[in-house]
Amino acid sequence: MVTRGFSSGRRPPTDTDARIPPGQYLEQGFPVLSAGPTPRVRTEDWSFTLKHGPRPIKKWNWTEFNALPLTRMTRDIHCVTAWTKFDTAWQGVLVDDILADAGIEPPTAFTLAHSFDGYSTNVPAKDLVAGKAMVALLYEGKPITPDHGGPARLLVPHLYFWKSAKWLNGVQFTERDEPGFWELRGYHIYGDPWREQRYSGDP
Amino acid sequence: MSEAATAQSPWQTAKIIRIEKRTPRVTSFVFKLSRPFVHQAGQHVDVRLTAPDGYQARRSYSIASAPESGGTIELAIERLEDGEVSPFFHEVAVVGDEIELRGPLGGHFVWSDSDGGPLILVGGGSGVVPLMAMVRHRTARKSSVSVALVFSARIWDEVIFRDELIKLDDRRDGFDLVLTLTREAARRPEDYSRRIDAQMMMQSMARLPEPPRLAFVCGSNAFVSAAAQALIDADVPPGLIRTERYGV
Ligand SMILES: Cc1cc2nc3c(=O)[nH]c(=O)nc-3n(C[C@H](O)[C@H](O)[C@H](O)COP(=O)(O)OP(=O)(O)OC[C@H]3O[C@@H](n4cnc5c(N)ncnc54)[C@H](O)[C@@H]3O)c2cc1C
Repeated sequence: MVTRGFSSGRRPPTDTDARIPPGQYLEQGFPVLSAGPTPRVRTEDWSFTLKHGPRPIKKWNWTEFNALPLTRMTRDIHCVTAWTKFDTAWQGVLVDDILADAGIEPPTAFTLAHSFDGYSTNVPAKDLVAGKAMVALLYEGKPITPDHGGPARLLVPHLYFWKSAKWLNGVQFTERDEPGFWELRGYHIYGDPWREQRYSGDP
Repeated sequence: MSEAATAQSPWQTAKIIRIEKRTPRVTSFVFKLSRPFVHQAGQHVDVRLTAPDGYQARRSYSIASAPESGGTIELAIERLEDGEVSPFFHEVAVVGDEIELRGPLGGHFVWSDSDGGPLILVGGGSGVVPLMAMVRHRTARKSSVSVALVFSARIWDEVIFRDELIKLDDRRDGFDLVLTLTREAARRPEDYSRRIDAQMMMQSMARLPEPPRLAFVCGSNAFVSAAAQALIDADVPPGLIRTERYGV
């Protein structure tokens, strides 16, 4: 439906069009979205636990985790509140390298990413491996600020950004695809921006 | 705690049936829904505008009206200079126009009377909108839940829903309004003239019969960070605080 009187708008330059998923607009800043106050997690208190169901497979403290291979990833990110930001530059540990350090292959097809503030989000295991996702430790070369999920956040840039859990403290392999905190509250179970899977019920 | 219905919320057209200027920068638009829904206080809708060539702009707006307002919803939109969507509403939209929207959306920043209280609500500028829906829901349900609303605005004339809020405050039925003006002197004895801080939170919560069961904070990102920290400094457990950020 054409909206009466809406003709101008702020179209992105056509050369960038192909990078903007449907319904998104280009943002220069970096807005913040979260469900509660920003937790301040000290790196001394930080840890990351890999689990299979209730069973811990391996746990790293901050120093141990930072000793894993660091990888750079520069990606466009897409927030469900309709902004897209180009070329965000992160460094962190690929999920592949975390699994390698734990000496495992994904034991199940599904995961839940958990955060220090108790929130969670589900991501299929195949979307975390093969270089697709990392646990990010640096943004533009500097430690990630608490507002943006520091000390460490998940980065799954090909899915809507709520899947890139902030204040990450673990990834848990689950037998079934279990909805996390946001997915239980109306957000899409998978969240592909190119298919506009924003809310549950979207195709 | 309330969980949003995970039912589909397809795009629908909604007709603007009333436009009401609230403050110099905020105007309310009341829509009649073509596919009526019942929202929860605190939820939002997504609005999309489509140009003749198919280009679309899309933004989220909180619902200001109570769920009890049946078949219509009120959005209160602040005009941002050089914005893409909000100036359209302020300059172009008129009564009778049809706009596409979908909702209700969001299942965390919501409150219903059955969730109980007391509540502390903290809003900055247009961040008061979803809190207004909660206050109106409480009134519509004749709820006995105690609610304190701390509302920060720059000046008295930018206090959105001012007359309605003051009237509700005057009823002395468990709803308390605390205004804080950041660029003008306070006008009422219970009000402040400074930015939100822990002491203000403590004093506002002292108006409640017992410590809050939930806190809702909404506004710009900077406002939400500061207000949530003030609540934490006033000994509100972080797990009780729910936030909604309007972006940059
Ligand atoms: C859940 C939710 C609920 C919300 N509820 C409300 C509500 O109830 N009421 C309300 O008023 N708002 C609400 N918002 C905010 C709303 O969605 C919009 O962000 C807001 O209206 C601004 O949109 P806009 O298109 O007018 O401005 P935008 O075009 O998005 O611009 C925003 C600002 O950035 C500047 N800007 C953006 N891009 C550029 C550029 N390329 N160059 C220069 N400057 C630029 C503009 O000057 C403007 O000041 C809500 C947001 C969320 C996420």
